[in-house]
Amino acid sequence: MELNLPIYLDNNATTPMDPRVLDAMIPYFTEKFGNAASRNHSFGWVAEEAVDYAREQVAKLIGADPKEIIFTSGATEADNLAIKGIYEMYASKGDHIITCTTEHKAVLDTCKHIETLGGHVTYLPVQADGLVDLAELEKAITPKTILIAIMYGNNETGVIQPIREISQIARKHGVLFFTDGTQAVGKVPVDVNADGIDLMAFSAHKMYGPKGVGALYVRRKNPRVKVTSQMDGGGHERGMRSGTLNVPAIVGFGKACELCMNEMEAESKRLSKLRDKLEQGLLVLEEAYVNGTPEHRLPHTANISFKYVEGEGLMMGFNKNIALSSGSACTSASLEPSYVLKALGLGDDLAHSSLRFGLGRFTTEEQVDYTIAAVKETVLKLREMSPLWEMFQEGIDLDKIEWAHH
Amino acid sequence: MKVRKHIYKNGRICTFAHSHIVKLNIMAYSDKVIDHYANPKNVGTLDKSKNNVGTGLVGAPECGDVMRLQIEVDEVSGVIRDAKFKTFGCGSAIASSSLATEWLKGKTVDQAMAIDNMDIVEELNLPPVKIHCSVLAEDAIKAAINDYRVKNGLPELVEEKKVH
Repeated sequence: MELNLPIYLDNNATTPMDPRVLDAMIPYFTEKFGNAASRNHSFGWVAEEAVDYAREQVAKLIGADPKEIIFTSGATEADNLAIKGIYEMYASKGDHIITCTTEHKAVLDTCKHIETLGGHVTYLPVQADGLVDLAELEKAITPKTILIAIMYGNNETGVIQPIREISQIARKHGVLFFTDGTQAVGKVPVDVNADGIDLMAFSAHKMYGPKGVGALYVRRKNPRVKVTSQMDGGGHERGMRSGTLNVPAIVGFGKACELCMNEMEAESKRLSKLRDKLEQGLLVLEEAYVNGTPEHRLPHTANISFKYVEGEGLMMGFNKNIALSSGSACTSASLEPSYVLKALGLGDDLAHSSLRFGLGRFTTEEQVDYTIAAVKETVLKLREMSPLWEMFQEGIDLDKIEWAHH
Repeated sequence: MKVRKHIYKNGRICTFAHSHIVKLNIMAYSDKVIDHYANPKNVGTLDKSKNNVGTGLVGAPECGDVMRLQIEVDEVSGVIRDAKFKTFGCGSAIASSSLATEWLKGKTVDQAMAIDNMDIVEELNLPPVKIHCSVLAEDAIKAAINDYRVKNGLPELVEEKKVH
Protein backbone atom coordinates (compact mmCIF):
# COMPACT_ATOMS: atom_id res chain seq x y z
CA MET A 1 0.00 0.00 0.00
CA GLU A 2 1.26 3.45 -0.74
CA LEU A 3 2.00 5.91 2.00
CA ASN A 4 -0.30 8.91 2.24
CA LEU A 5 1.28 12.09 3.58
CA PRO A 6 0.71 14.10 5.68
CA ILE A 7 -0.23 11.60 8.36
CA TYR A 8 -2.98 12.57 10.78
CA LEU A 9 -2.32 11.22 14.27
CA ASP A 10 -4.36 13.72 16.25
CA ASN A 11 -7.64 11.82 16.29
CA ASN A 12 -8.21 12.70 19.95
CA ALA A 13 -8.55 16.32 18.88
CA THR A 14 -10.98 15.57 16.09
CA THR A 15 -11.58 12.85 13.53
CA PRO A 16 -12.11 13.19 9.79
CA MET A 17 -15.72 12.63 8.85
CA ASP A 18 -16.48 9.22 7.41
CA PRO A 19 -17.69 9.67 3.80
CA ARG A 20 -20.67 7.45 4.60
CA VAL A 21 -21.69 9.97 7.26
CA LEU A 22 -21.50 12.82 4.78
CA ASP A 23 -23.66 10.88 2.31
CA ALA A 24 -26.34 10.46 4.95
CA MET A 25 -26.27 14.17 5.82
CA ILE A 26 -26.39 15.76 2.39
CA PRO A 27 -30.14 15.55 1.65
CA TYR A 28 -30.88 17.31 4.93
CA PHE A 29 -29.07 20.47 3.84
CA THR A 30 -31.11 20.89 0.69
CA GLU A 31 -34.38 19.17 -0.19
CA LYS A 32 -35.08 17.85 3.34
CA PHE A 33 -34.44 21.16 5.06
CA GLY A 34 -37.48 21.25 7.35
CA ASN A 35 -37.54 22.29 11.00
CA ALA A 36 -38.00 19.19 13.14
CA ALA A 37 -40.32 21.21 15.36
CA SER A 38 -42.73 22.06 12.51
CA ARG A 39 -45.56 19.73 13.39
CA ASN A 40 -48.07 20.75 10.76
CA HIS A 41 -46.49 19.99 7.39
CA SER A 42 -44.51 17.31 5.64
CA PHE A 43 -41.21 19.24 5.63
CA GLY A 44 -41.27 19.22 9.42
CA TRP A 45 -42.36 15.58 9.60
CA VAL A 46 -39.51 14.47 7.37
CA ALA A 47 -37.01 16.30 9.56
CA GLU A 48 -38.57 15.00 12.75
CA GLU A 49 -38.49 11.46 11.45
CA ALA A 50 -34.81 11.82 10.60
CA VAL A 51 -34.05 13.15 14.07
CA ASP A 52 -36.02 10.33 15.70
CA TYR A 53 -34.11 7.77 13.68
CA ALA A 54 -30.77 9.37 14.58
CA ARG A 55 -31.80 9.46 18.23
CA GLU A 56 -32.36 5.72 18.09
CA GLN A 57 -28.97 5.15 16.44
CA VAL A 58 -27.25 7.25 19.10
CA ALA A 59 -29.14 5.63 21.98
CA LYS A 60 -28.41 2.13 20.71
CA LEU A 61 -24.66 2.68 20.72
CA ILE A 62 -24.71 3.35 24.47
CA GLY A 63 -27.54 1.01 25.43
CA ALA A 64 -29.92 3.86 26.26
CA ASP A 65 -33.55 4.62 25.49
CA PRO A 66 -33.93 7.21 22.67
CA LYS A 67 -35.91 9.44 25.04
CA GLU A 68 -32.81 9.72 27.21
CA ILE A 69 -30.77 11.48 24.50
CA ILE A 70 -30.61 15.30 24.58
CA PHE A 71 -28.92 16.72 21.49
CA THR A 72 -26.52 19.59 22.11
CA SER A 73 -23.92 21.52 20.13
CA GLY A 74 -21.17 19.21 21.36
CA ALA A 75 -19.60 17.66 24.42
CA THR A 76 -18.63 20.99 25.99
CA GLU A 77 -22.25 22.09 26.04
CA ALA A 78 -23.32 18.68 27.33
CA ASP A 79 -20.72 18.91 30.14
CA ASN A 80 -22.03 22.34 31.07
CA LEU A 81 -25.65 21.26 30.92
CA ALA A 82 -25.00 18.20 33.08
CA ILE A 83 -23.02 19.89 35.82
CA LYS A 84 -24.81 23.24 35.98
CA GLY A 85 -28.16 21.59 35.36
CA ILE A 86 -27.70 19.11 38.21
CA TYR A 87 -26.35 21.80 40.52
CA GLU A 88 -29.48 23.87 39.99
CA MET A 89 -31.98 21.02 39.91
CA TYR A 90 -30.70 19.33 43.07
CA ALA A 91 -29.94 22.49 45.06
CA SER A 92 -32.30 21.46 47.84
CA LYS A 93 -30.40 18.20 48.28
CA GLY A 94 -26.89 19.59 48.40
CA ASP A 95 -24.21 21.64 46.75
CA HIS A 96 -21.15 19.40 46.63
CA ILE A 97 -19.63 17.94 43.46
CA ILE A 98 -16.70 15.53 43.22
CA THR A 99 -14.52 15.49 40.13
CA CYS A 100 -10.85 14.80 39.38
CA THR A 101 -7.82 16.79 38.30
CA THR A 102 -7.38 15.12 34.91
CA GLU A 103 -10.83 16.03 33.59
CA HIS A 104 -11.25 18.03 30.42
CA LYS A 105 -11.38 21.82 30.85
CA ALA A 106 -15.06 21.76 29.91
CA VAL A 107 -15.67 19.92 33.19
CA LEU A 108 -13.02 21.63 35.34
CA ASP A 109 -13.95 25.15 34.30
CA THR A 110 -17.64 24.41 34.74
CA CYS A 111 -16.86 23.18 38.26
CA LYS A 112 -14.93 26.39 38.92
CA HIS A 113 -17.97 28.31 37.80
CA ILE A 114 -20.08 26.31 40.26
CA GLU A 115 -17.68 27.39 43.00
CA THR A 116 -18.23 31.05 42.14
CA LEU A 117 -21.95 30.39 42.62
CA GLY A 118 -21.25 29.19 46.16
CA GLY A 119 -21.07 25.46 45.41
CA HIS A 120 -18.34 23.18 46.74
CA VAL A 121 -16.15 21.03 44.54
CA THR A 122 -13.63 18.34 45.47
CA TYR A 123 -10.92 17.81 42.86
CA LEU A 124 -9.59 14.30 43.48
CA PRO A 125 -5.96 13.69 42.58
CA VAL A 126 -5.18 10.70 40.38
CA GLN A 127 -2.56 8.04 41.03
CA ALA A 128 0.65 7.77 39.00
CA ASP A 129 -1.13 5.43 36.57
CA GLY A 130 -3.80 8.06 35.94
CA LEU A 131 -6.58 6.23 37.78
CA VAL A 132 -8.78 7.67 40.49
CA ASP A 133 -8.33 6.10 43.93
CA LEU A 134 -11.73 4.58 44.73
CA ALA A 135 -11.21 4.73 48.49
CA GLU A 136 -10.39 8.43 48.23
CA LEU A 137 -13.48 8.94 46.11
CA GLU A 138 -15.72 7.28 48.66
CA LYS A 139 -14.11 9.23 51.48
CA ALA A 140 -14.83 12.51 49.68
CA ILE A 141 -18.59 11.89 49.64
CA THR A 142 -20.53 13.98 52.17
CA PRO A 143 -24.27 14.20 52.90
CA LYS A 144 -24.23 17.30 50.69
CA THR A 145 -22.73 15.52 47.65
CA ILE A 146 -25.07 15.56 44.65
CA LEU A 147 -22.80 14.58 41.78
CA ILE A 148 -19.67 12.63 40.92
CA ALA A 149 -18.19 13.77 37.60
CA ILE A 150 -15.40 11.48 36.40
CA MET A 151 -14.50 11.06 32.75
CA TYR A 152 -14.65 7.72 30.95
CA GLY A 153 -11.41 7.85 28.93
CA ASN A 154 -8.80 10.58 29.12
CA ASN A 155 -8.11 12.67 26.05
CA GLU A 156 -4.37 12.98 26.64
CA THR A 157 -3.36 9.64 28.08
CA GLY A 158 -6.26 7.43 27.01
CA VAL A 159 -6.57 6.10 30.57
CA ILE A 160 -10.00 4.55 31.22
CA GLN A 161 -11.34 5.11 34.72
CA PRO A 162 -12.98 2.25 36.67
CA ILE A 163 -16.45 3.43 35.65
CA ARG A 164 -18.43 0.51 37.09
CA GLU A 165 -16.74 0.72 40.47
CA ILE A 166 -17.27 4.47 40.57
CA SER A 167 -20.95 4.13 39.70
CA GLN A 168 -21.40 1.50 42.40
CA ILE A 169 -19.97 3.87 44.97
CA ALA A 170 -22.23 6.65 43.70
CA ARG A 171 -25.30 4.37 43.88
CA LYS A 172 -24.44 3.21 47.36
CA HIS A 173 -24.43 6.80 48.61
CA GLY A 174 -27.39 8.00 46.56
CA VAL A 175 -25.19 10.34 44.51
CA LEU A 176 -25.67 10.86 40.76
CA PHE A 177 -22.84 9.84 38.44
CA PHE A 178 -21.94 11.88 35.37
CA THR A 179 -19.19 10.87 32.97
CA ASP A 180 -17.62 12.71 30.05
CA GLY A 181 -17.59 9.94 27.49
CA THR A 182 -16.26 12.04 24.60
CA GLN A 183 -13.15 9.97 23.92
CA ALA A 184 -14.63 6.59 24.83
CA VAL A 185 -18.02 6.37 23.11
CA GLY A 186 -17.64 4.70 19.74
CA LYS A 187 -14.14 3.48 20.60
CA VAL A 188 -14.86 1.04 23.43
CA PRO A 189 -18.16 -0.57 24.45
CA VAL A 190 -20.08 1.84 26.66
CA ASP A 191 -23.39 0.71 28.15
CA VAL A 192 -25.12 3.19 30.42
CA ASN A 193 -27.00 0.47 32.28
CA ALA A 194 -24.20 -2.03 32.74
CA ASP A 195 -21.84 0.84 33.61
CA GLY A 196 -24.33 2.50 35.98
CA ILE A 197 -24.07 5.92 34.33
CA ASP A 198 -26.72 8.53 35.15
CA LEU A 199 -25.54 11.25 32.77
CA MET A 200 -23.01 11.17 29.96
CA ALA A 201 -21.67 13.77 27.54
CA PHE A 202 -20.30 12.80 24.13
CA SER A 203 -19.66 14.28 20.75
CA ALA A 204 -19.98 13.35 17.07
CA HIS A 205 -16.72 14.73 15.73
CA LYS A 206 -14.61 12.37 17.85
CA MET A 207 -16.24 9.39 16.16
CA TYR A 208 -16.07 10.31 12.48
CA GLY A 209 -19.21 12.45 12.59
CA PRO A 210 -19.63 16.18 12.00
CA LYS A 211 -18.50 18.97 14.32
CA GLY A 212 -21.09 21.05 16.13
CA VAL A 213 -23.25 18.26 17.48
CA GLY A 214 -23.14 16.14 20.59
CA ALA A 215 -25.43 14.70 23.19
CA LEU A 216 -26.14 14.45 26.86
CA TYR A 217 -27.54 11.16 28.03
CA VAL A 218 -29.92 11.74 30.93
CA ARG A 219 -31.25 8.66 32.73
CA ARG A 220 -35.03 8.41 32.91
CA LYS A 221 -35.48 5.37 35.16
CA ASN A 222 -33.82 4.13 38.35
CA PRO A 223 -33.33 6.92 39.15
CA ARG A 224 -35.19 9.46 37.05
CA VAL A 225 -32.69 12.28 36.54
CA LYS A 226 -33.53 15.85 35.58
CA VAL A 227 -31.35 18.79 34.72
CA THR A 228 -32.31 22.44 34.73
CA SER A 229 -32.14 23.84 31.23
CA GLN A 230 -29.23 26.18 30.53
CA MET A 231 -30.69 27.36 27.25
CA ASP A 232 -34.24 28.65 27.40
CA GLY A 233 -36.62 29.03 24.51
CA GLY A 234 -38.92 26.78 22.56
CA GLY A 235 -38.73 23.85 24.94
CA HIS A 236 -36.96 21.46 22.57
CA GLU A 237 -35.37 18.25 23.82
CA ARG A 238 -37.95 17.69 26.56
CA GLY A 239 -37.40 21.22 27.79
CA MET A 240 -33.79 20.57 28.73
CA ARG A 241 -32.18 22.21 25.69
CA SER A 242 -34.06 24.73 23.59
CA GLY A 243 -32.95 25.65 20.11
CA THR A 244 -33.88 24.47 16.62
CA LEU A 245 -32.35 21.07 16.07
CA ASN A 246 -29.32 20.89 13.77
CA VAL A 247 -30.97 18.22 11.62
CA PRO A 248 -28.16 17.43 9.12
CA ALA A 249 -25.59 17.20 11.90
CA ILE A 250 -27.87 15.05 14.03
CA VAL A 251 -28.46 12.74 11.07
CA GLY A 252 -24.68 12.52 10.64
CA PHE A 253 -24.20 11.87 14.37
CA GLY A 254 -26.70 9.02 14.14
CA LYS A 255 -24.97 7.52 11.15
CA ALA A 256 -21.57 7.85 12.84
CA CYS A 257 -22.93 6.00 15.89
CA GLU A 258 -24.36 3.25 13.70
CA LEU A 259 -20.99 2.79 11.98
CA CYS A 260 -19.18 2.65 15.32
CA MET A 261 -21.72 0.14 16.60
CA ASN A 262 -21.06 -2.14 13.62
CA GLU A 263 -17.32 -1.64 13.30
CA MET A 264 -16.06 -0.92 16.80
CA GLU A 265 -15.01 -4.43 17.65
CA ALA A 266 -12.87 -4.95 14.56
CA GLU A 267 -11.64 -1.37 14.56
CA SER A 268 -10.53 -1.33 18.18
CA LYS A 269 -8.64 -4.58 17.67
CA ARG A 270 -6.91 -3.19 14.60
CA LEU A 271 -6.08 0.10 16.28
CA SER A 272 -4.79 -1.36 19.51
CA LYS A 273 -2.49 -3.59 17.45
CA LEU A 274 -1.21 -0.59 15.51
CA ARG A 275 -0.89 1.46 18.69
CA ASP A 276 1.10 -1.31 20.37
CA LYS A 277 3.33 -1.54 17.31
CA LEU A 278 3.93 2.21 17.45
CA GLU A 279 4.64 2.07 21.15
CA GLN A 280 7.01 -0.88 20.95
CA GLY A 281 8.76 0.73 18.02
CA LEU A 282 9.38 3.91 19.98
CA LEU A 283 10.14 2.38 23.36
CA VAL A 284 13.31 0.84 21.96
CA LEU A 285 14.69 4.34 22.49
CA GLU A 286 16.39 4.79 25.84
CA GLU A 287 14.59 6.93 28.41
CA ALA A 288 11.22 6.78 26.69
CA TYR A 289 8.20 6.26 28.91
CA VAL A 290 4.49 5.61 28.38
CA ASN A 291 2.31 7.98 30.39
CA GLY A 292 -0.76 6.44 32.01
CA THR A 293 -1.52 2.83 32.75
CA PRO A 294 -1.18 0.56 29.70
CA GLU A 295 -3.72 -1.87 31.21
CA HIS A 296 -6.77 0.37 31.15
CA ARG A 297 -6.51 2.46 28.05
CA LEU A 298 -8.38 3.52 24.94
CA PRO A 299 -7.22 1.36 22.04
CA HIS A 300 -6.10 4.23 19.81
CA THR A 301 -4.14 6.47 22.19
CA ALA A 302 -0.51 6.49 23.24
CA ASN A 303 1.22 9.21 25.24
CA ILE A 304 4.98 8.90 25.40
CA SER A 305 7.66 11.07 26.99
CA PHE A 306 11.08 11.16 25.38
CA LYS A 307 13.30 12.36 28.17
CA TYR A 308 15.85 15.11 27.49
CA VAL A 309 14.18 16.39 24.32
CA GLU A 310 11.47 19.04 24.22
CA GLY A 311 8.13 18.22 22.64
CA GLU A 312 7.75 21.20 20.36
CA GLY A 313 11.30 20.95 19.09
CA LEU A 314 10.61 17.28 18.50
CA MET A 315 7.46 17.93 16.50
CA MET A 316 9.27 20.44 14.34
CA GLY A 317 11.38 17.59 13.04
CA PHE A 318 8.43 15.95 11.33
CA ASN A 319 5.42 18.22 11.53
CA LYS A 320 5.35 18.74 7.79
CA ASN A 321 4.46 15.08 7.42
CA ILE A 322 2.96 14.03 10.74
CA ALA A 323 0.26 15.84 12.70
CA LEU A 324 0.13 15.14 16.40
CA SER A 325 0.02 16.89 19.78
CA SER A 326 2.59 17.56 22.44
CA GLY A 327 2.14 18.05 26.16
CA SER A 328 4.74 20.75 25.96
CA ALA A 329 3.91 24.31 26.71
CA CYS A 330 4.54 26.20 23.57
CA THR A 331 2.21 24.29 21.30
CA SER A 332 -0.95 24.72 23.32
CA ALA A 333 -2.87 27.86 24.18
CA SER A 334 -1.17 28.13 27.54
CA LEU A 335 2.55 28.26 28.06
CA GLU A 336 2.55 25.67 30.80
CA PRO A 337 2.93 21.98 30.17
CA SER A 338 -0.01 19.61 30.28
CA TYR A 339 -1.89 19.69 33.60
CA VAL A 340 -3.06 16.15 32.92
CA LEU A 341 0.48 14.78 32.79
CA LYS A 342 1.45 16.84 35.83
CA ALA A 343 -1.53 15.35 37.69
CA LEU A 344 0.02 11.92 37.04
CA GLY A 345 3.01 13.14 38.99
CA LEU A 346 5.24 13.82 35.98
CA GLY A 347 7.75 16.59 36.46
CA ASP A 348 7.46 19.58 34.17
CA ASP A 349 10.52 18.30 32.30
CA LEU A 350 8.84 15.02 31.38
CA ALA A 351 5.58 16.77 30.55
CA HIS A 352 7.52 19.05 28.19
CA SER A 353 8.97 15.96 26.53
CA SER A 354 5.71 14.22 25.70
CA LEU A 355 3.92 13.43 22.47
CA ARG A 356 0.35 12.24 22.13
CA PHE A 357 -0.42 9.83 19.32
CA GLY A 358 -4.11 9.50 18.46
CA LEU A 359 -4.74 6.81 15.86
CA GLY A 360 -7.99 6.54 13.96
CA ARG A 361 -10.16 4.69 11.49
CA PHE A 362 -8.08 5.87 8.54
CA THR A 363 -4.62 5.27 10.03
CA THR A 364 -2.65 2.68 8.09
CA GLU A 365 0.19 0.42 9.11
CA GLU A 366 2.45 2.16 6.57
CA GLN A 367 1.76 5.45 8.33
CA VAL A 368 2.62 3.93 11.69
CA ASP A 369 5.89 2.55 10.32
CA TYR A 370 6.76 5.93 8.85
CA THR A 371 5.95 7.63 12.15
CA ILE A 372 8.12 5.26 14.18
CA ALA A 373 11.08 5.95 11.89
CA ALA A 374 10.58 9.73 11.78
CA VAL A 375 10.09 10.16 15.53
CA LYS A 376 13.04 7.93 16.36
CA GLU A 377 15.32 9.79 13.99
CA THR A 378 14.32 13.18 15.39
CA VAL A 379 14.67 12.09 19.02
CA LEU A 380 18.18 10.82 18.33
CA LYS A 381 19.12 13.96 16.44
CA LEU A 382 17.82 16.27 19.16
CA ARG A 383 19.47 14.28 21.92
CA GLU A 384 22.81 14.83 20.20
CA MET A 385 21.96 18.51 20.53
CA SER A 386 20.64 18.32 24.10
CA PRO A 387 22.85 19.41 27.00
CA LEU A 388 20.58 17.41 29.33
CA TRP A 389 21.18 14.22 27.38
CA GLU A 390 24.93 14.82 27.58
CA MET A 391 24.73 15.33 31.33
CA PHE A 392 22.60 12.21 31.70
CA GLN A 393 25.17 10.24 29.72
CA GLU A 394 27.88 11.54 32.03
CA GLY A 395 25.90 10.34 35.02
CA ILE A 396 25.06 13.80 36.33
CA ASP A 397 21.89 13.95 38.43
CA LEU A 398 19.88 16.72 36.80
CA ASP A 399 17.74 17.17 39.90
CA LYS A 400 20.78 18.21 41.87
CA ILE A 401 21.76 21.00 39.51
CA GLU A 402 21.08 24.54 40.58
CA TRP A 403 19.48 25.78 37.39
CA ALA A 404 20.16 29.41 36.57
CA HIS A 405 16.56 30.45 36.38
CA HIS A 406 15.43 32.66 33.73
CA MET B 1 5.51 42.99 25.46
CA LYS B 2 4.61 41.74 28.91
CA VAL B 3 6.88 39.36 30.70
CA ARG B 4 4.93 36.86 32.71
CA LYS B 5 6.54 35.25 35.70
CA HIS B 6 5.58 31.79 36.76
CA ILE B 7 6.65 30.60 40.18
CA TYR B 8 6.61 26.86 40.62
CA LYS B 9 5.75 25.20 43.92
CA ASN B 10 9.37 24.28 44.49
CA GLY B 11 10.31 27.94 44.32
CA ARG B 12 11.73 27.88 40.84
CA ILE B 13 10.88 30.81 38.65
CA CYS B 14 10.36 30.91 34.92
CA THR B 15 9.56 34.02 32.97
CA PHE B 16 7.68 33.99 29.73
CA ALA B 17 7.38 36.69 27.19
CA HIS B 18 3.63 36.80 26.95
CA SER B 19 1.46 38.27 24.30
CA HIS B 20 -2.11 37.94 23.21
CA ILE B 21 -1.05 35.78 20.31
CA VAL B 22 -0.50 32.70 22.39
CA LYS B 23 -1.78 30.29 19.78
CA LEU B 24 1.35 29.53 17.89
CA ASN B 25 1.26 28.05 14.50
CA ILE B 26 4.47 26.10 14.37
CA MET B 27 4.26 25.91 10.63
CA ALA B 28 4.79 29.67 10.79
CA TYR B 29 8.45 29.37 11.74
CA SER B 30 10.60 31.58 9.58
CA ASP B 31 12.83 30.01 6.96
CA LYS B 32 15.87 31.02 8.98
CA VAL B 33 14.60 29.21 12.07
CA ILE B 34 13.81 26.14 10.01
CA ASP B 35 17.27 26.24 8.46
CA HIS B 36 19.06 26.51 11.82
CA TYR B 37 16.88 23.70 13.16
CA ALA B 38 17.61 21.43 10.20
CA ASN B 39 21.29 22.36 9.93
CA PRO B 40 22.37 23.67 13.31
CA LYS B 41 25.75 25.38 13.36
CA ASN B 42 28.38 24.57 15.97
CA VAL B 43 26.64 21.86 17.97
CA GLY B 44 29.07 20.39 20.43
CA THR B 45 31.12 20.58 23.54
CA LEU B 46 34.34 22.42 24.40
CA ASP B 47 36.65 21.32 27.18
CA LYS B 48 35.33 23.30 30.11
CA SER B 49 38.40 22.54 32.22
CA LYS B 50 40.48 24.75 29.97
CA ASN B 51 41.17 28.21 31.29
CA ASN B 52 40.28 29.95 28.04
CA VAL B 53 36.89 28.25 27.74
CA GLY B 54 33.81 29.93 29.20
CA THR B 55 30.58 27.99 29.72
CA GLY B 56 27.10 29.41 30.18
CA LEU B 57 24.24 27.11 31.18
CA VAL B 58 20.89 28.87 31.40
CA GLY B 59 17.21 27.95 31.56
CA ALA B 60 15.71 24.97 33.33
CA PRO B 61 14.23 21.65 32.24
CA GLU B 62 10.93 22.56 33.92
CA CYS B 63 10.64 25.62 31.74
CA GLY B 64 11.16 23.59 28.59
CA ASP B 65 14.39 25.38 27.62
CA VAL B 66 18.00 24.74 28.61
CA MET B 67 20.87 26.28 26.67
CA ARG B 68 24.53 25.59 27.09
CA LEU B 69 26.80 27.94 25.22
CA GLN B 70 30.59 27.76 25.26
CA ILE B 71 33.27 30.08 23.98
CA GLU B 72 36.97 29.50 23.49
CA VAL B 73 38.94 32.71 23.67
CA ASP B 74 42.33 33.43 22.11
CA GLU B 75 44.30 34.57 25.13
CA VAL B 76 46.50 36.94 23.19
CA SER B 77 43.96 38.76 21.04
CA GLY B 78 40.87 38.34 23.22
CA VAL B 79 39.00 37.14 20.16
CA ILE B 80 36.50 34.27 20.41
CA ARG B 81 38.08 31.50 18.37
CA ASP B 82 35.38 28.91 18.70
CA ALA B 83 31.85 28.67 20.02
CA LYS B 84 29.65 25.62 20.60
CA PHE B 85 26.16 25.02 21.87
CA LYS B 86 23.78 22.36 22.99
CA THR B 87 20.13 23.22 23.54
CA PHE B 88 17.09 21.45 24.93
CA GLY B 89 14.08 23.35 23.65
CA CYS B 90 11.85 24.28 20.79
CA GLY B 91 12.98 25.12 17.27
CA SER B 92 13.33 28.82 18.10
CA ALA B 93 15.54 28.08 21.08
CA ILE B 94 17.76 25.84 18.96
CA ALA B 95 17.92 28.47 16.20
CA SER B 96 18.67 31.30 18.66
CA SER B 97 21.61 29.46 20.16
CA SER B 98 22.87 28.25 16.77
CA LEU B 99 22.80 31.83 15.49
CA ALA B 100 24.49 33.08 18.66
CA THR B 101 27.46 30.74 18.13
CA GLU B 102 27.80 31.97 14.55
CA TRP B 103 27.83 35.58 15.70
CA LEU B 104 30.27 34.93 18.55
CA LYS B 105 33.05 33.50 16.44
CA GLY B 106 35.54 36.19 15.49
CA LYS B 107 34.20 38.76 17.94
CA THR B 108 36.16 40.04 20.90
CA VAL B 109 34.70 39.33 24.30
CA ASP B 110 33.67 42.97 24.62
CA GLN B 111 31.92 42.92 21.25
CA ALA B 112 30.18 39.71 22.23
CA MET B 113 28.91 41.33 25.42
CA ALA B 114 27.02 43.83 23.26
CA ILE B 115 24.90 41.23 21.45
CA ASP B 116 21.30 42.08 22.19
CA ASN B 117 18.44 39.61 22.19
CA MET B 118 16.42 41.87 19.91
CA ASP B 119 19.08 41.44 17.22
CA ILE B 120 18.37 37.71 17.36
CA VAL B 121 14.61 38.33 17.25
CA GLU B 122 15.06 40.45 14.16
CA GLU B 123 17.45 38.12 12.39
CA LEU B 124 15.29 35.04 12.98
CA ASN B 125 11.98 36.84 12.69
CA LEU B 126 10.79 35.33 15.97
CA PRO B 127 7.12 35.74 16.87
CA PRO B 128 6.26 37.39 20.22
CA VAL B 129 5.74 34.07 22.04
CA LYS B 130 9.28 33.09 21.16
CA ILE B 131 11.10 36.21 22.35
CA HIS B 132 12.05 34.39 25.55
CA CYS B 133 14.23 32.10 23.42
CA SER B 134 16.31 35.09 22.32
CA VAL B 135 16.51 36.38 25.89
CA LEU B 136 17.82 32.99 26.93
CA ALA B 137 20.46 33.09 24.19
CA GLU B 138 21.63 36.53 25.30
CA ASP B 139 21.80 35.31 28.89
CA ALA B 140 23.80 32.28 27.77
CA ILE B 141 26.32 34.50 25.98
CA LYS B 142 26.74 36.69 29.06
CA ALA B 143 26.99 33.68 31.36
CA ALA B 144 29.71 32.16 29.16
CA ILE B 145 31.65 35.42 29.09
CA ASN B 146 31.41 35.81 32.84
CA ASP B 147 32.53 32.25 33.38
CA TYR B 148 35.56 33.00 31.22
CA ARG B 149 36.24 36.25 33.10
CA VAL B 150 35.99 34.66 36.55
CA LYS B 151 38.30 31.84 35.46
CA ASN B 152 40.83 34.46 34.43
CA GLY B 153 40.60 36.52 37.58
CA LEU B 154 38.42 39.27 36.14
CA PRO B 155 35.29 40.58 37.87
CA GLU B 156 31.90 39.51 36.54
CA LEU B 157 30.17 42.01 34.32
CA VAL B 158 26.74 42.87 35.59
CA GLU B 159 24.33 44.52 33.25
CA GLU B 160 21.07 46.18 34.19
CA LYS B 161 18.54 43.78 32.73
CA LYS B 162 16.09 45.47 30.47
CA VAL B 163 12.48 44.45 30.44
CA HIS B 164 11.12 43.52 27.05
